[in-house]
Amino acid sequence: MMFEGKVALVTGASRGIGREIALELARNGANVVVNFAGNVEKANEVVEEIKGLGRESIAIQANVANSEDVDRLVKETIEHFGALHILVNNAGITRDNLLMRMKEDDWDAVINTNLKSVFLLTKAVTRQMMRQRYGRIVNISSIVGVSGNAGQANYVSAKAGVIGLTKTTAKELASRNITVNAVAPGYIATDMTDQLSDDVKEELFKLIPLARLGEPKDIAKAVKFLASDDAEYITGQTIHVNGGMYM
Amino acid sequence: MSNVLERVTKIIVDRLDVEESKVTPEATFKDDLGADSLDVVELVMELEDEFDLQFSDEDSEKIVTVGDAVSYIESQLND
Repeated sequence: MMFEGKVALVTGASRGIGREIALELARNGANVVVNFAGNVEKANEVVEEIKGLGRESIAIQANVANSEDVDRLVKETIEHFGALHILVNNAGITRDNLLMRMKEDDWDAVINTNLKSVFLLTKAVTRQMMRQRYGRIVNISSIVGVSGNAGQANYVSAKAGVIGLTKTTAKELASRNITVNAVAPGYIATDMTDQLSDDVKEELFKLIPLARLGEPKDIAKAVKFLASDDAEYITGQTIHVNGGMYM
Repeated sequence: MSNVLERVTKIIVDRLDVEESKVTPEATFKDDLGADSLDVVELVMELEDEFDLQFSDEDSEKIVTVGDAVSYIESQLND
C-alpha cells in the first residue's frame, strides 16, 4: 500500500472534496484525521467509512482560522497517531459578492478560513515533519486564484495567496524532505457548485473543453499523487485539475 | 550548572556535525558552526526538549552564540 503506516490530516474533510481526499488516502493505506468545522454527523460518517476500509480514523472539530484550535488539532493528531506525514489544507468557504458590495467581514472571513488557515496549519505541523525528515503538504487552491473571477474578490485573493504560500514554504522546507504543492480545482460537483443555476452551468460547459463538471475524485487522485513517493521530486508546484478550462 | 554547556555541546555536535573543539561559548551558530536559519530553529527545538523549556520567538532570535544559548537556558532553569 502506497501510504501504509502514514498518518494524514485533512481539513474540511466532512464533505465535498475534502471527504473524497480523506477516503482516497485511506483507500491507499493512510490513517486519517478528519477535521471538520461544524457537522459532526457527516464527519463521523467519513470516519466510519475509513474504518470500514481497515484504517484508523478520528474526527477532530477545529476552526482552522483560529490558531488555538489549529494547535490543538495538530497536537491531538500527533498524540493519537504518534506522527503526521501528510497535511491536506482543504477547508474553505465562499462569501461571494461584487467588490463594491463586499462587506469587510466577508473579506476577512474568507481570507482567514482559506488562507490564514494554511499558514497556521503549516506552521503547526512543521516541527513534527522536520523531526521526521519527512512531510507532504498539499494545499487546495483554485482555478480562480490564477484566472480571477468576478464576484469573488475575497476567494480569489485567498486562493492566489495559497499558491504564493505554497511556493515559499516549499523553498523553506525542502532541505528537510518536506514537499509543499498545490492543487487548483476547476469547477467540481460539490455543495459549493450546486448553488450555481442551470443557466450558469450551461455557460460554464462552453468554457470547459471536457464539457462537464469535475468530480471530487478527480481532485483526490491529484492529491494522492502529490502526497506519494512518486512525487518526491516535485515541490512548489500547482497542478491544475479543471477539464482544460484554464491552461 | 556546568553540565548545561556539556549537554548543549553534545546536541550541537550531533545536529550540526561539527568537531566538539569548535563548540566554544564564543562560537556563533551561523558563522562559526555553519548553521543555516532552519538549523538554528531545529537546534532550539531540540534544546527545548532536552531541557523541557519553551524559548519565546523573541528570545530565540537573540541567540547568536553557543554562550547565548547556555546562559538563556541557565536563566530559565533558575527561574
